[in-house]
Parts: sequence; C-alpha cells; structure tokens
Amino acid sequence: MLRYIFKRIVFLVPVLLGVSILIFVIIHLAPGDPAETLLGPSATAQDLAELREQLGLDKSLVLQYFTFLTNTLKGDFGRSIRTNNSVLEELLDRFEPSLMLAIFSMTLAVAAGIPLGVLAALRQNTWVDTLCNFVALLGFSLPGFWLGLMLMLLFSIMVPILPSSGYGEWKQLIMPTVVLATNTTAVIARMTRSSMLEVVRQDYVRTAKAKGLNGRLILLRHIMSNVLIPVVTVVGLHFGHMLGGVVITETVFSIPGVGRLIIDAIRFQDYPVVQGGILFFAFCLSLVNLGVDLIYALLDPRIKAQYRAG
Amino acid sequence: MPVKKDAVKKDRRQSQIGEIWRRLRVNKGAVAGLCVILLLTAMAVFAPWLAPYGPNKMNAGPRLAASSLKHPLGTDSFGRDQLSRVIYGARISLYVGFIAVGIGAVCGGFIGAVVGYYGGRIDNILMRLMDVLLAVPQTILAIAIVGALGANLVNLMIAVGVSQIPRYARIVRASALSVRGQEFIEAARAIGASDLRIIVENILPNCMAPIIVQSTLGVASAILSAAALSFLGLGIQPPTPEWGSMLSLGRQYMRNAPHLTFYPGLIIAVVVLSLNIFGDGLRDALDPRLRQ
Amino acid sequence: MLLSVKDLCVKYVTFEGIVHAVNGVSFDIPERGTLGLVGESGAGKTTTALSLMRLIPVPPGIVERGKISFEGRDLDALSGEEMKKIRGNRISMIFQDPMTSLNPVLTVGLQIAETIAAHQNMSEREAMKKAREMLEKVQIPAARYKEYPHEFSGGMRQRVGIAMALACNPRMIIADEPTTALDVTIQAQVIELMRDLRDEFSTAMMLITHDLGVVGEVCDRVAVMYAGEIVEEGSLEQIFEHARHPYTNGLFRCIPDIDEDNSRIQPISGLMPDPCDLPAGCCFHPRCPECMEICRTRKPAPFTENGQMVRCCLYTRGGAGQ
Repeated sequence: MLRYIFKRIVFLVPVLLGVSILIFVIIHLAPGDPAETLLGPSATAQDLAELREQLGLDKSLVLQYFTFLTNTLKGDFGRSIRTNNSVLEELLDRFEPSLMLAIFSMTLAVAAGIPLGVLAALRQNTWVDTLCNFVALLGFSLPGFWLGLMLMLLFSIMVPILPSSGYGEWKQLIMPTVVLATNTTAVIARMTRSSMLEVVRQDYVRTAKAKGLNGRLILLRHIMSNVLIPVVTVVGLHFGHMLGGVVITETVFSIPGVGRLIIDAIRFQDYPVVQGGILFFAFCLSLVNLGVDLIYALLDPRIKAQYRAG
Repeated sequence: MPVKKDAVKKDRRQSQIGEIWRRLRVNKGAVAGLCVILLLTAMAVFAPWLAPYGPNKMNAGPRLAASSLKHPLGTDSFGRDQLSRVIYGARISLYVGFIAVGIGAVCGGFIGAVVGYYGGRIDNILMRLMDVLLAVPQTILAIAIVGALGANLVNLMIAVGVSQIPRYARIVRASALSVRGQEFIEAARAIGASDLRIIVENILPNCMAPIIVQSTLGVASAILSAAALSFLGLGIQPPTPEWGSMLSLGRQYMRNAPHLTFYPGLIIAVVVLSLNIFGDGLRDALDPRLRQ
Repeated sequence: MLLSVKDLCVKYVTFEGIVHAVNGVSFDIPERGTLGLVGESGAGKTTTALSLMRLIPVPPGIVERGKISFEGRDLDALSGEEMKKIRGNRISMIFQDPMTSLNPVLTVGLQIAETIAAHQNMSEREAMKKAREMLEKVQIPAARYKEYPHEFSGGMRQRVGIAMALACNPRMIIADEPTTALDVTIQAQVIELMRDLRDEFSTAMMLITHDLGVVGEVCDRVAVMYAGEIVEEGSLEQIFEHARHPYTNGLFRCIPDIDEDNSRIQPISGLMPDPCDLPAGCCFHPRCPECMEICRTRKPAPFTENGQMVRCCLYTRGGAGQ
C-alpha cells in the first residue's frame, strides 16, 4: 500500500509539470504588458524597460519558464506584481477560507446527496423518485452565482437573519456552503441512485436475501458498500468542478479566499499570482484525487489487491 | 449493388431514428425540455420582432423600474427594457453554448479518434495531455484562458470549448479502441480503405450516441460556464445583453431592484435545466439498457 | 413429507408480454431425499427454486397459485419475518454462478458468519469461529477466512457457497445448477463434496441441473421439466432405465456415449417454445417425434404407474407404452 502511495505521488510529478507548462503558456499568451499596467499610461520607456528587466519579462519565454519552474520547486512562487508580497504567502494567507468552504460543502453534499439517492432508488418509479430526480437535476442546473444572490436577497435583505458577505464567523459560511454544495449534492444523488439500482440487481444481494439476513443489514453491509465505490469516484472527479465553484462563490459572497485572489489578480494582470494560484488549485485537486484513490482501495478489496501486486 | 446497400443503410438509420423518437416521446420531461429549447431558439432567432424595445436603448422607460405592463421584467439602471435584453441575451447564450460545444466536440472527437485508432505513443502522449487538462479545474482553466487572451465573445467561446475537450476525447477514444481490433476493420483495410475513411465510417457512428448525449449536456454546462465568466466580468462585456453580465450589473441594485438579478438568472436556470432534462431523456432513449 | 409443492404457477409480466414460467408444478421431497430437477435452460427450474424461498422478485414476478408446505407449515401463510427465519436456516440455497453470487467487498469468513449470526444466538466472534469450521468442512484452509472472493478460484468460491448454505445445518438445500459455471474437472469434485456433506448433515436436497450425469450420481428421484411443467417424474432407476416421455428419451439421446458410435447422438430438434406464447395441447408436441393428432389439442393429464408419473397422451389414451 505504501509503495502504491509512493508510486502515485511520483506519477503526480509529470502531471503537475504539464500543468505548470500549460498555465505558463496560457498566461504568456496575454496581449497586455504587465509593466505598462503596473506603471500606468504616464510611464516613460525607460521606466518600463527597467521594470521589465526587474520582472524578468525581457528574457525568452523558455528561459522565463525555467526560472519560474526552478523557483517554484524551491517553494518560491515569485512576488505579486501588485503588492510585491511573496505569492506563496498570499496563497497561504487566503487558503483557510477556501479550505473551510470546500470541506463544509463537500460534507454537506455527501450527507445530503447519498440519502437522497438511496431514497430515490428504494422508491424507484414512484413520485418520491421523480421528485428526487427533479430536485437533483435542478440542483445540477442552477447557476451558483444566481443561487447565491437569491439566498442573499432572501436571508440578508428580505428577512435579514444571515450576513451577506465576509468571512470570520460561522454564520457567514452558511449561505456560501449551501451554494457550493448544491451542485455536488445533485451529482452525488444521481450517481448514488443509479449505482444503487445497479447493485440491487446483483446476484450477491439475492444471496444475502436467501441467507435470511434482515433488510437493514442487507442494505448497509451488502448494498451500500458496493454502491459507494462509484460514488467515491464521482466525488473525486467532481472536486475540480467544486474548486471552480469556490472561485465564483467567493466572489459572490466577498470571501477573501484563493479564488477571489485569482480573480483580482487577473483583473490587475498580476501574472505571478494567477500562475501560482492555478498551480495551487491543480495541486489541491491532484492531492484530493490521490486521497480518493486510497479511499477507493479501502472500499474495494479487488483494487487493493491490484496495488499490492503492482 | 452499392445503391441498394446504401438504401438499406438509409432505411435502417431512419427506422433507428424513429425508434429513438418513439422512446423519447414517452418521456414527458424530455419532451417538455425539448419544447423549451425550441421556444428559446425561436426567441433568439426572432429577437428583433419579439423584443418590444432595442436591447441597448437607454431610457426606454424610467430607471430601475419594477415590473409593469410596459416593461414586464422592469428596467435597469440605464432605463433599458429588461425583457428585450433577456430576449436578445438568448442569442448570445445559445450561440456561445453551441459554438463552444462545437469546438470541444470537434477537437476532442478528432483527438480521441486519432489516438484511439493509432494507439501507441501518440495515444500515450495525448492522453497524458488530457490528464494535464483534467488536473486543472475546468472553470479555472477557462478563467485563465479568458484572463490571458482578454475578455470578449470569441475568447470566451474558445475558453469554454477548450475546457470541454477532454470529455469528448475520452468517449471517442474508448469507442475507437473497442473497434480497432475488430475483424471488419481488418477487412476494410484489406480492401484498401484509407485510415480516414475507416475512422469516419466505422468509428464515429459507433460513438455517435454518447457524443450526442454529451453534447446536449455540454451545451448546458457551456452556457452555465459562459454566464459564470461573464458574471465575473471575464466574459462578454457590457453593453452586450448577456444574461451573466446582466446579473453582474443588477447585483449592485439588489436592495432596490431585485428583479434585475432575478429574471436573467431564472432564465439561465430554465435553459440549463431543460437541456439537462432533455439530455437525460435522450440518453435513456439512445441506450435503453441504462434505463431501469 | 419435508417439502410438498402443489400446483405452483408463476408468471412474469414484462414489456414483451406475460411469461408463463412455471405452470402447475407439483412434487414432494421426503426427509433426506434428493430430487433432481432436470430440463433445458428456460424450463422454469430456477423460478421453481426461487418460489420455494419466496424470493421471486415482485414485480415483475407474480406467484399466481400453488401451495408450498415445508415441515408441515404453509410457507405462503408465513409473515416476512417468519420467512426470514426459514431462509438460510431451514432451507438454504446454492446459486449457479459463484463469481457473482458472493459479495465482492466482504470477506468470505464474514459472509458465512453473518448467516450463522442471523439465525443462531451467537456473538459475531463465535459465529466467525463456526465459519472457520465450515470452511474446513468444505476443504478450504480455515486461515483463508479473511480473504475476499476474488482471491479464490471458481471451484473454491462454490465451496464457500456450500459452506454458507450448510452453516446453519438446514433441513433442505436447493442447489441451482451448482456446477454449471465450473470447469469439468472441478465439477466432479464439487458434486462429490456436496454428496458427502449432504450425507454428513443428513439434509434433503433439490438439485437443479441439465446434466443427467450429475443427477445419476447424486439423486434418488428425478423430475423432468419442460416449458414450466413437470413432464415426467420417478425414481432414478425408473427415469434412467424406463423413461416414458419422448422428451426424457430425447434428453438421454443427447448424451454422448463413449462405448458407442458418436453418430448416435441425436439432439432434440427445434427449440423450447416461447414462454409468452405456449402452444395449445401438449407443450412438447411441436418437437415430439411421436406427435399424434390429439397432442395438438389436448393437454395430457398426469398418468401415474408404480410411482412414476408421466404427462403424455401416449399413455393416457391407451395406457400402454410403445
């Protein structure tokens, strides 16, 4: 198992390297000149040249990339053009709100999505099933930014019981958590339902019934353990989507997280921050997927056996 | 002889489409979804005739007015008629949705077919590239692309389209892989069919069903992403009537004029929901095995 | 009688139509008796077995009528809870495909132990100890109780299935084609094991198979099923030596015989009738080499002589064989 984890971490390296190249290339496709943006229209040609040199913008792209890469590997993500702070520090500063938001939302989504899916599958082809399906599709289709604004309208303006923005107290996290969780809940519920419908038809469930086990034991031990396997995969796959949601939710609710940082940085053409922020997100996503794979192995002994062999 | 064979093929295809339609028709939700989509498309096409005012006509009425007979969805901070803007907005959203999916499906489909068909090293390299694309959250990738290229309609479509490439590449690749080793491909090669012809004639038809379903759902997610980017100010810029940017503008007047945020968001939700319901129904109709 | 089935009728309602899977099946199994239920696939054997356990999925299945009494109790009259106490405890079942009938994510030890824990007042730990004993009984090292089904071969998995079925010392075992999915060499071992354990635990058994060789080794009575009906039933000797029904005779002619010329293998021509659309008269008449005019219209009544029952107009009309 340890060997497998190690192998997976090693496998992460080329992917992250690829991501760094991708991001670097995208960012440097930008038509604008950060030096100009930074100094404003009144800057002289000499000022601009100096600043470019200072920022390393005068070197070739390949050279700039390798500088960026070696620095990144040393843990130096560069300095923000806008604030001149270390990018890593800025990211770490903004990490907590984003992390909290992601953790709470994922917890809520799992806690709501799985029961919803199970309920729909158990009541297949009844109105309960239809309703659950519709609610899931609705949750899947609602634009997060709109849902956020509507909740704000309801609970901050019309019935002012929740703060509309900011970060610091738990009340401020309620609406953002709900907004971010909605989409994931829907995805989990749909996957749980279809996985469950697949599992209940399996021979081993019939075997469990033939053994005279009681219904709860069959559901919890025999059915759910198998249902959860594909659900976990989907949670992992969907986590990236959720990180995108983090950016939007943080913007709607003015939460000072990594997502907001990236958006602000893009507006100011603050490349190092954008680069570092996206790399940071990609890194988080890879870590989560690694974690998901490990959970997957815990749930499914067949996978675990493959790891042992490999 | 070939004429007859083609006729048989055509017949079979028609009966297949008939069968799919028959199965789809039973699904009331999917039919309702399709109707909404068709209505919206009509709304987009006939916008100049349907909209009571020009979408950018300022002071068409009082500023920030609530719903009234003259302005059913009220007016915005420039006194522009909200209903007209919503109607014109359908053009942009559907346009972006379809073009972005077109970019994603064509590029992804091409990549998937080539790597799946030839396999080996190309397959390895391109699939690793897809891994890289997948390692960056879709929305964030799109944000980065638009952020770098500049916020406008074309870049928005490129950004959303590129971020959708991997999903199509995967579907087509899986189909190509499963077809590659089969005997009829060997046979086609033996009679001298070109690779391109084999791909077009044998591999693509085999994955049309999942591609169609994925495209329908893809349009929904493209519309959603595009609106989100515009909402963040990274998509379509004012004064173009786009639902996401209308929301972003209305946001400043939430307290006094909530209708400015309510309606554009509602219509996004309705469109996306319809597309998703229709896509779901289409999937069930195309693959009855999945239906339980 | 340990088990007595009277006039069992089961149908499935599907999109394609109503499938008449079991049409008026009756048979008895005495204490320690072994009945072989023989027939082609689709004859309704598995449906018969599942109805004994009351495990027919409803919908689409409907048990139209029929009385099943076991140990003197009418199974249909039992509540769900009472039925659970019978399943796996008094009657247990061995399934056809050992690859899919064990839960892939649970250890085999647990899968055996939970049966024991469900029916006997035992702690999990005691049940696990008993489970290990059961593994030894089916010739699997007890130490392997912690392993998962995918770590066992097909034959081993079927042994686990047998251990599971015998764990509570049931009065009757229903084995649904227990060896069909196994390699031929393994089949013999598993059959031998089942026979030995049946004798050791002195349980009755209903063995469902399409392999007459297996029947000959294990069973003392044989019932031949065709299109949801039992067309012939008798002792092993009666069926093997003096089969009366043309279908039974046909089945025997399908078995290759090493002593004789291979050209003598004569498959029964035609296919089993569509269970949605059974033919009028005798169900076998479209394929019967001795079909008479009357067979097309009249359903043959059972004809019993010396405990051998046959449903065929050849016997009900004149009372004599060929």
